Amino acid sequence: MSRTQTDRYHAYIRAKAALGAALALLLVVATIGAVGIGSIKIPFSDVVAALVRFDRSGQGRIVWDVRLVRVLGSVAVGASLSLSGTMMQSVLRNPLASPYTLGLSSAAAFGASVAIVFFGAGTSTSSTIIISDFFTVAASAFAFSLLSTAAILVLTVLTTISAQSMVLAGIAIGSIFSAGLTLMQYLANSVQLAAIVSWTFGDLGRANWRSLLVIATALIPTLLLALFYRWDFNAMDSGEDTAKALGVRTTALRIGGMLASSLLSAVVVSYFGTIAFIGLLGPHIARRLFGADHRFLLITSPLIGSLVLLAADTLARTILSPMVLPVGILTSLLGGPLFIYLLIAGRRR
Amino acid sequence: MIITVDNLSFSYKSTPIFRDVSLRADKGELVAVLGRNGAGKTTLLKAINRVISPQHGSVMIEGVDAKTMGPMAIAQAVGWVPQSTEATAMTVFDLVLLGRKPHFRWAPSKEDYRKSEEAIERIGISHLALRPANELSGGELQLVQIARALAQDPRLILFDEPTSSLDIHNQYRLMATVRAIIDEGERAAIMAVHDLNLALRYCDSFILLKEGRVWAAGDRRVITKETIGMVYDIEVDVMELAGFPIVVPHSTTQ
Repeated sequence: MSRTQTDRYHAYIRAKAALGAALALLLVVATIGAVGIGSIKIPFSDVVAALVRFDRSGQGRIVWDVRLVRVLGSVAVGASLSLSGTMMQSVLRNPLASPYTLGLSSAAAFGASVAIVFFGAGTSTSSTIIISDFFTVAASAFAFSLLSTAAILVLTVLTTISAQSMVLAGIAIGSIFSAGLTLMQYLANSVQLAAIVSWTFGDLGRANWRSLLVIATALIPTLLLALFYRWDFNAMDSGEDTAKALGVRTTALRIGGMLASSLLSAVVVSYFGTIAFIGLLGPHIARRLFGADHRFLLITSPLIGSLVLLAADTLARTILSPMVLPVGILTSLLGGPLFIYLLIAGRRR
Repeated sequence: MIITVDNLSFSYKSTPIFRDVSLRADKGELVAVLGRNGAGKTTLLKAINRVISPQHGSVMIEGVDAKTMGPMAIAQAVGWVPQSTEATAMTVFDLVLLGRKPHFRWAPSKEDYRKSEEAIERIGISHLALRPANELSGGELQLVQIARALAQDPRLILFDEPTSSLDIHNQYRLMATVRAIIDEGERAAIMAVHDLNLALRYCDSFILLKEGRVWAAGDRRVITKETIGMVYDIEVDVMELAGFPIVVPHSTTQ
């Protein structure tokens, strides 16, 4: 019996699903491998043994109490930023939409600086600058991220501004908060200034089990919600009128999608600061590998975001060892050229 | 009657786009909406499937007031083929399957796959089924959109200037495909179209819009040098060639 188009299509879908499963497996292996990498190198098998046996003695203590939380932090943060970027790009129908380009990161940085300057949340020890009241800084960063989200949503709902123009509006909102951040830096004393600068470097060293729990609480429902609407996202890709003609409530999808993705990224940047480009790189690499079908994109883009941030953070931990660089520096430094490459390669295709 | 539009009016802010438009289409009928750029053709189509909400008048789809139908119910009854579409990196099969979205909730059923495959074969694009849409030509992409609308299994299909970006070969191929679909007798179609000769050759009835109002409506006999002259501000001759009426322009009216 000859194969029908449907048979061929199912075979094609199975091949993509297999590639997605391979990517998930790669992330698991990379995560375990990354736990073993650091100033003290721990073999892969020892990491697995420590994890499986819940062994917290000897090397197991390094695995469980030092590295695992940071590595899982990079996985969760990469997945969150990448998922946010994917959703934003779809509902705004603009490939440049991301938490970073929509000004959320700038708003969070401004919020953190307000907490440091006005609430005394930054201080110093004899040798290092520390955030003494991390909760206040994160709460303030989150509040201003929400303010930025609200501004974007108000523009989306109440004005005739096109979805595509929202990125321009986000740049404008971001520049307002950047100006505010500069003002805060001007008003700050030297210790506060150092604390602000330290915060704005996106740093996964701030990861702890509580922050991971908070991010997972935001990430998992957002992912499930996005997957529920995966066909609506696909319809939006064909244009807003076409989506409406296919029964999609496009305004509700745009508001809901922006709200969910903005809240997710606001949680992340409030804890970890500015980690640029992951929200762009994850979705764009996933599109190159898996196409624009959101049934795959909404799963593979977070996987790729996790892998990219995991690689960047592992590099940040080891490149100048024993000094550990904030990962935000590396994502900005390497993410920019990589994104330009993706744009050029995409155009050549 | 599949579609009955009565005294439909739509204004954007305070600017009227079209006023008091009425039309009807039954199974096997292809209605052309003609008029100059900005006459309100595309907006009229969007009002018919409630992509936009008209302020006055009624749209009845198989006797049911469209106002009382939800977006999903309208999408099950009315297909939409836009003038152009974003060429995404989804495959042709993905895009055609999207036409079944109004009929399933969580995932496509075997029936949805079967209808999609039928639509692909009916339009003659089986060889493109697994190609990404962003690798297709404009003509192929338009055929994909028709296949998607067909997979939607609607009683009415709205076409918004589907031939405007196509070469003459693809224009006639597409119109012949549309005509064949309508001739199956299950569906009606309304098509906004610029090319009067294509419309005369393939459409059954005609609505001529001028500044948002119906200037003339009826069968081929309404396409005269006088009506075309008034609606398009151009002098033409309407003659017959090889059994088909054609419109031959002179020059624009100053």
